[in-house]
Amino acid sequence: MTSQIPERYSVPAILVHWLMALMLVTSFGVGLYMADLPFSPLRVRLFNWHKWVGITILALALFRLCWRVFNTPKAEPVVPAWQSVASRLVHRLMYVLFFAVPLVGWAFSSAAGVPVVWFGVIPLPDFVAADKATAELIKPWHGGLAWTLAMLVCVHVAAAVKHHFIDRDGLLFRMLPR
Amino acid sequence: MKLIAALMLAPLVLVSLAARSDQKLVAAQSTISFTTRQMGVPLEGKFRQFGAQVDFDPHKPEAARIEIVVDVSSATLGMPDTDAEMVKPDWFNAKQFPQATFKATAVKPLGSGKFEVSGKLAIKSVVRDVVVPITLTQSAGNTVAAGTFSLKRLDYKIGEGDWKDTSLVADPVQVTFKLLLSGVGPL
Repeated sequence: MTSQIPERYSVPAILVHWLMALMLVTSFGVGLYMADLPFSPLRVRLFNWHKWVGITILALALFRLCWRVFNTPKAEPVVPAWQSVASRLVHRLMYVLFFAVPLVGWAFSSAAGVPVVWFGVIPLPDFVAADKATAELIKPWHGGLAWTLAMLVCVHVAAAVKHHFIDRDGLLFRMLPR
Repeated sequence: MKLIAALMLAPLVLVSLAARSDQKLVAAQSTISFTTRQMGVPLEGKFRQFGAQVDFDPHKPEAARIEIVVDVSSATLGMPDTDAEMVKPDWFNAKQFPQATFKATAVKPLGSGKFEVSGKLAIKSVVRDVVVPITLTQSAGNTVAAGTFSLKRLDYKIGEGDWKDTSLVADPVQVTFKLLLSGVGPL
C-alpha cells in the first residue's frame, strides 16, 4: 500500500527520540507512584532516580533543540491544513514542556530544601531558595505541567498510530531503526 | 555487654549532674549539628534540645568534668516527614533511648586554646570511645568551645533494617558543635 517510505531520521535523532520517550514514560509513572508513598528506602530511592532521570531529560531536550536547529526536520507528508497546524503546535508544546517540567521539578526540589545531586555525583545549583511556601506554590505546577505533557504525548502517539494504520503512509518508519 | 556498660554508666551520669559547678551552658547560643549524605545529597540537621555539665579549669585540664546530654527526639532536618522518621526505632529509638550522652574521660591540652577531649559517646545504648578536638575562644567572660568530629552511624545502630544500606544514607556523620559556656576561668 505504501507508495514510498519517507526518508529516515538520522541515527542520533532516532536514538534520542526513543531514549527520551522511555525516560518520559518512566519518570511520569514513577512520579505518580512515589508521590503518596510513606517514608521508606523505596521512596528515597525513587525520588532520587526521578530527579536524576528528570535532569537527564532536560539535558536531552537541550541536545534535541540544538539538533533541530542545525538539522532541518524531514518534510511533512501532505495532510489537511488543520493536521499540519496541530502537528506543529503539539511538537512545539512538547519541546517547551521537555524543558519546563524538569526545570519546575528542580525548582520544587530546591525550594523543598533538597538540592539535586545528579546521579548522586554532580551537585546542581539551587536557583530557588529553600522556602516551604515557595515549595507549596511550585508543587502543583510540576504535576500539572507533567500531566499536560503526558496528554500531548498521547496525542503524538495517537497521531503516529493513525498515520501508520489508517493513512498507511509509512511515517512511523522515519523514526524506527533500520 | 553494651547494656551493662550503659547501666554502669548511669550512676556516674547522676553523680556528675549533681556535681557543683558554676559553669553553665548558654543553650540559646549553642549549637550541635550533624551532616551526612542521602544518595549523594548533603543532609544537614541539628539537635534543638541539649544540656551540659561542665567543670573545666583551662589550667587543670586533667581534672575536667564534661558531660553533654542530647535529647535525641529534638533532632531535625527541617522537614516534617524525616523529623518524624528519626525518632522511630530504626533510627534514634527516642522512646527507649531518649538521650545521647558524651562524658569526657581525659582532656589533653594542645596549646593556644586547643584541647583533645577523649570520652565515651553513648547513643542508643551503644557506648564507644571517641576523641574530640575542641578549640576554646573567650570574650566578655564567655567561653566558646567549638569542634567537629566524625562518627559512623552504623556503629551506633542509627538506621537499622533496610536503612543499614549506606548507598541510601552514608555511614560517616560529621558532628559539629559550638557550646557557649559562662563561668570558665581564663585560658
